[in-house]
Amino acid sequence: MTAQLERKRRFRGLHLLEALATPHSIDRYLELLHPMLVLREIRGEVTSVHRTTRDSVTLTIRPNRRWRGFTAGQHVRVGVEINGVRHTRYYSPATSERSRDGRFELTVKAHDSGRVSRWLHANARRGLVLHLSPAEGEFTLPTTRPDRVLLVSGGSGITPVMSMLRTLTDEGHHGEIVFLHYAYTEADVPYLNALRELAARHDNVRLLLAYTDVEGGDLHGFFTEEHLRAAAPWFAETDTYLCGPPGLMAGARQVFDRLGVAHRLRTEDFAPPPITVDAEDATGEVTFGRSATTAPNSGRTLLEQAEAAGLKPEFGCRMGICFTCTSVKTSGCTRDVRNGELSTDPEEEIQICVSVPVGDVAIDI
Amino acid sequence: MTTKTPRLTPQQFEELGKDLDALRQRLLDDLGEEDRKYIYDVVKVQRALEVAGRGLLMASSFPPAWIAGTAALSLSKIIDNMEIGHNVMHGQYDWMRDPAMNSKMFEWDNVAPGENWKHSHNYIHHTYTNILGKDRDIGYGVLRMDEGQRWNPYYLGNPAYAFALMVFFEWGVMLHDLEVDNLRTGRKKWSETAGVRRRMWHKGLKQVLKDYVLFPALTGPQFVATATANATANLVRNIWAFSIIFCGHFPTGVESFTEDETKDETRGEWYFRQMLGSANISGSPLFHIMTGNLSHQIEHHLFPDIPARRYPQIAGEVRAICEKYGLPYNTGGLTKQLSSVAAKIVKLALPDRFWRKPSNPGTRNVKEGRALRVA
Ligand SMILES: Cc1cc2nc3c(=O)[nH]c(=O)nc-3n(C[C@H](O)[C@H](O)[C@H](O)COP(=O)(O)OP(=O)(O)OC[C@H]3O[C@@H](n4cnc5c(N)ncnc54)[C@H](O)[C@@H]3O)c2cc1C
Ligand code: FES
Repeated sequence: MTAQLERKRRFRGLHLLEALATPHSIDRYLELLHPMLVLREIRGEVTSVHRTTRDSVTLTIRPNRRWRGFTAGQHVRVGVEINGVRHTRYYSPATSERSRDGRFELTVKAHDSGRVSRWLHANARRGLVLHLSPAEGEFTLPTTRPDRVLLVSGGSGITPVMSMLRTLTDEGHHGEIVFLHYAYTEADVPYLNALRELAARHDNVRLLLAYTDVEGGDLHGFFTEEHLRAAAPWFAETDTYLCGPPGLMAGARQVFDRLGVAHRLRTEDFAPPPITVDAEDATGEVTFGRSATTAPNSGRTLLEQAEAAGLKPEFGCRMGICFTCTSVKTSGCTRDVRNGELSTDPEEEIQICVSVPVGDVAIDI
Repeated sequence: MTTKTPRLTPQQFEELGKDLDALRQRLLDDLGEEDRKYIYDVVKVQRALEVAGRGLLMASSFPPAWIAGTAALSLSKIIDNMEIGHNVMHGQYDWMRDPAMNSKMFEWDNVAPGENWKHSHNYIHHTYTNILGKDRDIGYGVLRMDEGQRWNPYYLGNPAYAFALMVFFEWGVMLHDLEVDNLRTGRKKWSETAGVRRRMWHKGLKQVLKDYVLFPALTGPQFVATATANATANLVRNIWAFSIIFCGHFPTGVESFTEDETKDETRGEWYFRQMLGSANISGSPLFHIMTGNLSHQIEHHLFPDIPARRYPQIAGEVRAICEKYGLPYNTGGLTKQLSSVAAKIVKLALPDRFWRKPSNPGTRNVKEGRALRVA
């Protein structure tokens, strides 16, 4: 009761401060003193930096009071400034959702030509302040924990399932947990020691490491039906949680499809599926109504085509997650590159970053 | 447009467009950390002045504190409105993808709501710059600032209206978005202004509450002294902004255009109109910052969405381009430009026949001339 009153009073104080700071947000003043002092925005300060494998970096983050925590498997939007420009990418906390000090950990794999991941790998240090969003995403365990669960990951896709594993063991969960991870070699496995330790400490945790490039793992090569049966013969009775590079995702989806258990596979994609330009669809013209511009349909996404035509539509994730790019298609047919679904109705809102025109299309950009 | 202005051939127009497009691209490619640091440094100075000003005014009954506090607050409001607000709301920093510096979200310390202003300024004024009957910034719907506006007895009050507009400039800018002139002529319906009015009301209320209720109340018995200080700071900002902005398009030599002349404009012709329709003010680097670099009105009108700190850097090049095509580059000190504007305000208050040499009567096609006047 008193805590509630206290909060109310603090809130009223904040309102007065904001009326005095108007038209600027109070954060625009506080951040000039220290970037972590903000009251309205979510930010996190890097408190330690570890490099566990050759190409990945693990950051421990102390979020400010605006942070409301996360559920294992969810992701956050992380913003950093690189040469004056704010770049935002998604990262999935890899720690248990029940951490006691409120901190969490991100593991970022540096991609060869990746802007943000390489920058973080090279520049992240203690004291760096990151812009954060609330945790979001539906790739989470049911609240009634399953009796058995299979967690499959590849490469940097380990983070959300690592969080699930850590959360379940933290909760003292007794059901069987199989953790199957794919890497080129042993040296590329992030969290190798943490995984071995967890498996050793908890009888219900079985760790299977599959190496694609060398022998010596529990399994060898890419995901197959045999791998699935070896890891979890009961796969048809419970959900499998999968996150990894596009190759692994496509391979596993095929296996689950063939076995008629596609509904048992829960997935999180880190990267957009590669777009194959379909020569049959790439006909006609794209009309950008608001800018009075027309261009021949190249078969790429509408976002890319608009940019190629010199326009600057808004975008965020460029992979269909954030809805920043949503625009009204005034006429024509578009295909969603993620699932092949067609949008044929006029005046329909579409995400232009994952929509390719099929023939003539007019869009309000 | 007067007859003495050089007309360019179509090839020259195309070349001019290419020269300026190339300059623009070079600037765009070069944007980066330095520009971000610059605008944040300006913000730091402005916020420091603001906090210092408000702080000093906690002792507003003590005259030296009143003076210093009012001065700091005036500077803060000027920088907030000009080098930060005007430029951020032009989208000059949108490339940073920083919500705090984004044209869609930024609000300035001024009663005119950013959203309304962006429509009348960024769109109407910057697109139709100096086109009579289209650019509503010619005379702001109350003044006669161009001979193309037909004279009538209402304009005898030109100097008085200009003075009033100067004193109440932020309110003038706010009301400007209502387009009272268009309401009178029936080109716009009262009901169409609902959104504009709602935003005015909300923004105006918050600003008034802050400057004339909350901050004065915080100083207790010094309420009146603090409120007067805040009013003075708003007044100083009004006079300064009005003066700089009127030097941007109204000094002698600046061209205006007709709708017919500007039909189906090419890129080069658009640049041409922007250059001939604007005038610069010369001065020191600090002076340029205090004007929000609107002292580089020509460069600003060529590239309204490029960070203003770049304008002084390219001024030499723009001038060279003008020379290459034999175009005037209108610039002068503040006193010269201001007195030229003042002279024009007085001169145009009287009918053209009053002055011996009518400059170019009758050659214009100002169908909408009447719409420019508010009686
Ligand atoms: C929901 C979600 C959660 C994520 N969680 C994590 C995480 O916990 N750890 C982590 O390291 N990354 C994670 N990512 C990926 C991350 O958001 C970035 O995409 C990645 O770090 C690359 O960004 P970049 O700026 O370095 O590359 P960019 O400059 O954006 O891209 C450069 C090149 O890299 C390719 N590329 C981008 N992402 C990937 C990828 N994931 N795999 C292969 N190639 C890619 C692009 O196609 C492009 O060719 C997640 C992504 C999503 C959508
Ligand atoms: S850019 Fe995020 S959904 Fe399209």
